[in-house]
Amino acid sequence: MHNSKKKIEITDLAVRYGTMEALKGISFDVYENEILGIIGPAQSGKTTLLKTINRTIEFEPTAHVSGSVKIDGLDVQRIKNVNQLRRRIGMVFPLPVGLPMSIYDNVAFAPRTAGIRKRSELDELVERCLQQAALWDEVKDRLNSLGTKLSGGQQQRLTIARALSHQPEILCLDEFSIAVDPVTTMRIEDILKELRSEITILLVTNLVQQARRLADRTAFIFESKLIEIGDNDVIFSNTPASRLTYDYVNGTFG
Amino acid sequence: MRTIVNIFHQLGRWGEPVIEGIIRLCGISAIIFVFGIFFFVFREGMGFFFGGLDIVEFLTSPEWYPTSVSNKRYGVLALIAGTFSVTVLAMFLAVPFGLGAAIFVSEFCGPKLKETLKIVIELLAAIPSVVWGFIGLTVMNALIIDLFNVPIGLTMLNGGIILALMSVPIIVSIGEDALKAVPDSYREAAEALGATRWQVVYRVLLPTAKNGLLAAVLLGVGRAVGETMAVLMTTGHAVKMPTSPFDSVRTLTATIAAELGEAAVGSDHYRVLFIIGVLLFSITFIVNFVTDLVIKGIREKA
Repeated sequence: MHNSKKKIEITDLAVRYGTMEALKGISFDVYENEILGIIGPAQSGKTTLLKTINRTIEFEPTAHVSGSVKIDGLDVQRIKNVNQLRRRIGMVFPLPVGLPMSIYDNVAFAPRTAGIRKRSELDELVERCLQQAALWDEVKDRLNSLGTKLSGGQQQRLTIARALSHQPEILCLDEFSIAVDPVTTMRIEDILKELRSEITILLVTNLVQQARRLADRTAFIFESKLIEIGDNDVIFSNTPASRLTYDYVNGTFG
Repeated sequence: MRTIVNIFHQLGRWGEPVIEGIIRLCGISAIIFVFGIFFFVFREGMGFFFGGLDIVEFLTSPEWYPTSVSNKRYGVLALIAGTFSVTVLAMFLAVPFGLGAAIFVSEFCGPKLKETLKIVIELLAAIPSVVWGFIGLTVMNALIIDLFNVPIGLTMLNGGIILALMSVPIIVSIGEDALKAVPDSYREAAEALGATRWQVVYRVLLPTAKNGLLAAVLLGVGRAVGETMAVLMTTGHAVKMPTSPFDSVRTLTATIAAELGEAAVGSDHYRVLFIIGVLLFSITFIVNFVTDLVIKGIREKA
């Protein structure tokens, strides 16, 4: 399904907040145009992992990062223009954060910060992103109303549209379905499958079945360590490399 | 505190209505006080307002000679012009400075510097106005004479600068509160989309916090319009329609402060000073009312 070009290389990545270790030295690669599922119980460091990739970890004043995350061979810690880096990565948070502006402005936010001014170009972009996030039909008549007035599920799709608006190479989704109903979740999952041909997707999820349905490969993170990463055929088989993985996937613990 | 609680316990089922009544009284008391003050001030000036004072002349004549023996004239246009010119000048200086400082303190400076700055700014707000007046009278006066080569430094410019210095701490601390009230998740979401710090400020924070920032500015205006001692000491206190920032002016507040003690109680002069009080009261009322309308307008648009 995916090609074998490495998009993200993570080596010995360790993160601690003060004295609390959130990631204890993990290493793995993400291939271009794959969907990588990341599963594991709460507090195991999945969100921290995503935050190190686009360096939003820097918002946490106590966070200390060691090891490296490379995108296309470039160490993100060494990238000087962090805004440029973040524009290459779309990020969707567990709870939707609609910016306090209109639906249109929400989606046009990132392109505008990147310097796109032409109205026709923006119009086209906003429509395409909202289409991709399966929200266009519901909001096309009220693009100028406040984004924060949408329902929870709509807002989550708005944040997905926003994350796609700067045409990212990598899309990170952090438990996107927490605030979304099952029907909408399925619609978004279909969209993600389509997007796979264009971008690399990291899907952090609490729903083991979601990773099974969507991902090409899945990584299991437990107690801040990477237990196992492999093709879904293996992870969700009866014989994954680790007993822990089998137990977690089959709901025997966690 | 305990005994109060016990009393309410003993009141039994009447406890809640009693508490509710007391709280209601607290709330309504604000209205009672405002009307009380307005009534008192107006009552003192009422006799002259309805008998003898030419309202049109009062508002449109710049001639203020309340103690003239032959021809008493009560025109406050020059005083209104004085108040407005000093306030506008002060805001012209204080608003960019104050909002800029608020943005810096809230968004750009490190935690250590932030703590220091906040303490210093609060200290600045606590300086008594007579001390500011003193600074204007000595330091600023000499500075203006030297810098601009003018004969006198007690001018609209002096008063404006001093008022600006007095308003800035208020604008900074209220403005900083308004920016702090914007949820961090907005900042993080915007930065995750690749916005720079500055883009976050002007695209997300300023639009979100605009009501609070407007309130900060208007509290600054309120302070400037109502300030008395500092402007009395720094503006030169000359009744004159100002034509340049280097003119001495006199404000409504300073006039009341300077003359009320010398006016015979019950005389026309005494009463007209109270009418000036009513005028000041009305100006602040209008400013507040317009602000409310503006804020409501902004809300509906959003």
